[in-house]
Amino acid sequence: MPEPRTITVEVLRYQPAKGTNPYVDRWTIPYTEDMSVLQGLQYIKDTLDGSLTFRWSCRMAICGSCGMMIGGVPKLACRTFLRDLAPGPVRVEALAHFPIERDLVVDAEDFVGKLERIKPWIEPREPRTLEEGPYTQTPAQLARYESFSHCINCMLCYSACPQYGLNPDFLGPGLTALLHRYNSDSRDGASAERMQLVHSEEGVWSCTAVGYCSEVCPKQVDPANAVNVNKTASAIDWFARFLPGKR
Amino acid sequence: MALRRTYVRSMDGWWRRDPFFIHYMAREATAVFVVAYALILLAGVIRLSQGEAAFGEWLEGLANPWSIAFHVALCAIFAYHTWSWFRIMPKTMPPVVVGGRRLPGAAITALGLAAAAIASAAFVAFVAWLAS
Amino acid sequence: MKRSNQPVFWVLFGAGGMLSALLGAALVFVTGIAAPLHWLPTRTMGYEGVLAFCRNGAGKAFVFAVISLFLWHGAHRIYHSLHDLGLHTGMVAKAACYGLAAAATILAAATLLQLGF
Ligand code: SF4
Ligand code: FES
Repeated sequence: MPEPRTITVEVLRYQPAKGTNPYVDRWTIPYTEDMSVLQGLQYIKDTLDGSLTFRWSCRMAICGSCGMMIGGVPKLACRTFLRDLAPGPVRVEALAHFPIERDLVVDAEDFVGKLERIKPWIEPREPRTLEEGPYTQTPAQLARYESFSHCINCMLCYSACPQYGLNPDFLGPGLTALLHRYNSDSRDGASAERMQLVHSEEGVWSCTAVGYCSEVCPKQVDPANAVNVNKTASAIDWFARFLPGKR
Repeated sequence: MALRRTYVRSMDGWWRRDPFFIHYMAREATAVFVVAYALILLAGVIRLSQGEAAFGEWLEGLANPWSIAFHVALCAIFAYHTWSWFRIMPKTMPPVVVGGRRLPGAAITALGLAAAAIASAAFVAFVAWLAS
Repeated sequence: MKRSNQPVFWVLFGAGGMLSALLGAALVFVTGIAAPLHWLPTRTMGYEGVLAFCRNGAGKAFVFAVISLFLWHGAHRIYHSLHDLGLHTGMVAKAACYGLAAAATILAAATLLQLGF
């Protein structure tokens, strides 16, 4: 029998009911080759400290709820493996730039509020009746937005974005990518409306092209590209206003 | 709801938290030197307009060993600016599709750096031609 | 929603960033190293040579573009860097950074025009 390996997990805790500032708790836990950070946290919650609070659901990198800072980098806890962090210690903290609700759970109200503002649905360009059949699209039209539709709303990119941390009014990387996804969809007709948000002071102009958002994205959405492509679009629109025959 | 009291972490010193941010800040800091160089040139143009003696003084200033050392450092900083500019380029420009496939980021960076090398060589060659 | 006026500054920033990325190091090498060390014949970077260059229409435009766009590029980055450093001085920083670039642009244009053609 090989010795069971152990690793120390350090968690930045915040328990508002205790009325204290955040503090660090450390546990040394046994782990196996196939254990994720999420499973490590579940081990702690089940056997060592039931008050440890964190979010998860799918355990397979698709629901986007287990985002946290692991070793200072925003990552999905379910697809980050303890073996890759050995010998440790593994430092875990709630997603940066968001208010901490409790332990590893952040307050996502700002994100969800903005999600509503970008109208994350297709507003048909030409409404069709049932009899007229489905909205069709060519593979080329699909390719224009497909990668941006892979976003799982995990908010990792927001924790990688200092501009969001410095100015929470900024719409931010992931939601701009999602906005771009709908604006680039050939079936959609609400682009002009969404562009008002892009043009505004809360829109793309807080971005200074740090580019870390695209590095941490677990789905290769490249939100930095979405933001910067929209800067170009917004700038063209800004100058086009002065052309004769415009507005 | 009564117990809901979120904790907001400070942003102080955020750029020290990750090497990625340190590189970002270094990239942004090149701006100070770009401005400094533009002001040196602006001073040269103003001195030029004041006549031969004034322009001669400006030239003498450039020949000062400290000025040479500063320009050697400037040269390296501008090169870093070039490298960082084209490295972020794939994220800042619209996707380029060649033959139905998106051009990889590394290719865009390489093309940009090649363009900079060619433009710089052409510029130096042009100056050498002027001098001949 | 208030429309941002950043596009104007961003376009100038981008133009200056591109110009300096393509030619910056070579320019510094020529004006700050090769010329003062006399690796170039004295007359090229001498009074006569530079005056002739700045009296030529294309030469004038080039010198103006370099000075002005480099400044707009730098000013825009510095303005955002102040915010990055936590100095949220808002209008003051904006006026100082973009003001410097605007003032230098006007000064460069006026001086270059004054040199004649
Ligand atoms: S863009 Fe990527 S990192 Fe950002 S929320 Fe979507 S999936 Fe997550
Ligand atoms: S638990 Fe669903 S993404 Fe990690």
